Amino acid sequence: MKHFAAMFRRLDRTTKTNEKVAALADYFVAVTEEQDKLWTIALLSHRRPRRTVNSRLLREWAADYAGIDPWILEESYHVVGDLAETIALVLPPPTEADDRSLSAWIRVVESLAEYDEAGKREAVLAAWQVLETTERYLFNKLITGNFRVGVSQKLMTRALSQATGIEETSLAHRLMGNWTPNDTTFQDLIHGASATDDISRPYPFYLAYQLEGPPDGLGNPADWQAEHKWDGIRGQLIVRDGSLFVWSRGEELVTDKYPEYAPLADLLPDGTVVDGEILPYAAGAPLGFNLLQTRIGRKTLSKKILQDVPVVLMAYDLLELAGQDIRQWPLARRREALEGLVQDAGAEHILRLSPTVAWEKWEDLAAERATARAQCSEGLMLKHRDSPYRQGRKKGDWWKWKVDPLTIDAVMIYAQRGHGRRANLYTDFTFGVWEGEQLVPFTKAYSGLTDQEFNRITNWVRRNTVERFGPVRSVKPELVFEIGFEGIQASGRHKSGVALRFPRMLRWREDKPASEANTKEDLLAILAAYGG
Amino acid sequence: MPLLEFNDRGIYCPRAQVYIDPWKPVDRALITHGHADHSRWGNKHYLATRSAAPVIRHRLGEVSLTTVEYGQVTTINGVKFSFHPAGHIIGSAQIRVEYGGEIWVASGDYKLENDGLSEPWEPVRCHHFITESTFGLPVYRWAPQEEVFADINAWWRANQAEGKVSVLTGYALGKAQRLLCGLDHGIGRVYTHGAIENTNEVLRQQGVALPPTIRVTSAVPRKDYPGHLVIATPGAIGQPWMKKFGAASVGTASGWMSLRGARRRRGADRGFVLSDHCDWPALLEAIVLTGAEHVYVTHGYTSIFSKYLRGTGLNAVALETDYEGELAEMATKKEDLDQENAAAE
Ligand SMILES: [Zn+2]
Ligand SMILES: [Zn+2]
Repeated sequence: MKHFAAMFRRLDRTTKTNEKVAALADYFVAVTEEQDKLWTIALLSHRRPRRTVNSRLLREWAADYAGIDPWILEESYHVVGDLAETIALVLPPPTEADDRSLSAWIRVVESLAEYDEAGKREAVLAAWQVLETTERYLFNKLITGNFRVGVSQKLMTRALSQATGIEETSLAHRLMGNWTPNDTTFQDLIHGASATDDISRPYPFYLAYQLEGPPDGLGNPADWQAEHKWDGIRGQLIVRDGSLFVWSRGEELVTDKYPEYAPLADLLPDGTVVDGEILPYAAGAPLGFNLLQTRIGRKTLSKKILQDVPVVLMAYDLLELAGQDIRQWPLARRREALEGLVQDAGAEHILRLSPTVAWEKWEDLAAERATARAQCSEGLMLKHRDSPYRQGRKKGDWWKWKVDPLTIDAVMIYAQRGHGRRANLYTDFTFGVWEGEQLVPFTKAYSGLTDQEFNRITNWVRRNTVERFGPVRSVKPELVFEIGFEGIQASGRHKSGVALRFPRMLRWREDKPASEANTKEDLLAILAAYGG
Repeated sequence: MPLLEFNDRGIYCPRAQVYIDPWKPVDRALITHGHADHSRWGNKHYLATRSAAPVIRHRLGEVSLTTVEYGQVTTINGVKFSFHPAGHIIGSAQIRVEYGGEIWVASGDYKLENDGLSEPWEPVRCHHFITESTFGLPVYRWAPQEEVFADINAWWRANQAEGKVSVLTGYALGKAQRLLCGLDHGIGRVYTHGAIENTNEVLRQQGVALPPTIRVTSAVPRKDYPGHLVIATPGAIGQPWMKKFGAASVGTASGWMSLRGARRRRGADRGFVLSDHCDWPALLEAIVLTGAEHVYVTHGYTSIFSKYLRGTGLNAVALETDYEGELAEMATKKEDLDQENAAAE
């Protein structure tokens, strides 16, 4: 694991794309064990081993091994913000060295599943005893099923391309789909026969960039197709050899989670790949994303949930037609083919065409965007009519133009310290709105301000604490902040009766006294207008 | 009447009517060390160690400042005060206070590892010990400084091989000089930000032997920098001042760098874990060595650390103070920064 840990440190210490790619490419060249390369590819493409130890046990064992009380491990975890790292740091230094390979350690991780609790404990402690800090961190991530690295699959593919000399696009396609390191080899995956052997294999998604400011700068309106940005889950629907496969953007095969799509195996011709949005939809209109969320987490889908949250595939692009990869066709041509397919399928209740917006001038578009929230969309998508279907996030051809956030002015009522470098600063706040003379808490937020502002607020919090509850302080209701959020829904679990989506501080309203902050009525008015 | 008490101005000795490291102006202030959060402006009279005095004067200007030697006893209304090495920065002290057989120690900031520059920390036996807790959590554990400097020097060599300038940040008083002394000067030349060089000059004048440095000024041709190293204040990063170095790799040396989140947020290319404060094992060791039964925990993880100490059978409490730890130490004299930025325009 030494090689892998050294590569991880190199990746982790840089934010520069080129250096990340170089670190990975060097690693792929330097490592001789092919199984290690295969596992590295797997780990960096979200194919991590399943969780074999629950984190409660892990905490117990770590506190025990480090000779500290569990409560101080918890406090440390709160400061560090990551359990695997906290444990790696509190353990005493290793007593022996060990140079087993990455794949040998992954075998250890996988074998844990077969042990009882005592056996697991023994194996985990034995590992901690011989691993140094970074290796421990990685090991802890692997056994808790949380392994994640700040490098996209796209960059990993680029590095692999540099190391092997195989073209990036060809590799990208090979790496997609349903393989695991236990059912293939590095040779087969990277150098083996055609990647299209696997009929379930999806294409890499093309992702749009966020447009900053108005779209007028994009040039001639006639070159651009506009449609709504649907608030569901990005999905790719594949029909090949009479079988249906549905992939989510996280590259997860989710066919079983959306049984309503099953008839499309017969209704769409073989060799069809559609890109679209898995969207909760009923009575001719999309339902809110929060409804879909109630369905996503379930292991089994009850009749009731299928009835309450039916989904359609809102189709917006066509990647494969009659078994032919048509991603290089211009969008306008792909769209035409897609329209034909959707119409022929005649299954409006499960497969719909994402309508394009009719518009001529940029002003028309701004007006349409203003209706987005009412249509349950997040804004607009702008796609160049000549654009090919690219892979990954690329600037220029596709843009998302999101609606402005909803806002409300609220009073800070509780403050809590942040994590890591910000552990000495108060950065996590709870906000309230007025209900008569009372402030009703309705949301928390912890991002959106500068370090300097957090510094000033921290000083203020120290001097204006009313009560302390562990790490939380209640403060004098004085400071007003403009809170921005993406959505709102009614919630029985919150005192205020509402729950916000993606709340954050837009700015500190130093110009406003607390008495001028918004009221609960204002909040409920927003709920009435945009909730759902 | 307790020998020391804690009020809204600082640590107060009512019998002698003096304060230790007050954060609001008072008549008589005993100062543990020259960092901004411990030696503040506006007191009538200051008392500090001889080696701490020059930097305090540099920061505060001509103030009424009396100096003492380490171990020298000053008696005020029967209370005996003496200063003992804290190992934090040059001139830093723990202040021992004794009256009627009762001994208190206010330790300011301290570390146990001998950095070769600061007067090395000495345990002072006492009944009541006031300790900082900047890194008072079991996740903070420093590697020996030799290992850290080996990493820093290797980073410098790698940057040199790529023709880049190495910009290393550390606060102007303490960390900058410690870095300066740990660098392998065989690799190349060491340049310094003006705020740091001003402090270096003060220290050299009082007889501290520092390796040679070159002040960054507009008189230095830009082509001189590649391959060499610049020690800068954290505040200089991202300022116009940085432009003159061209392709540069930025390294930050701080205890906070031991956490992955902090390393990533800092925006530096490399984080080196090097602190002038105690790590967790050192804090615990120091407290045991003082023999104190009563411990008062100031700036840092005050409530967690004091709770932990209570668990070990000590009578420990958390105190709310205005000391700020490494954040304040990163602050640089404002005029020094303005001057540099003006020169860069
Ligand atoms: Zn200090
Ligand atoms: Zn301090």
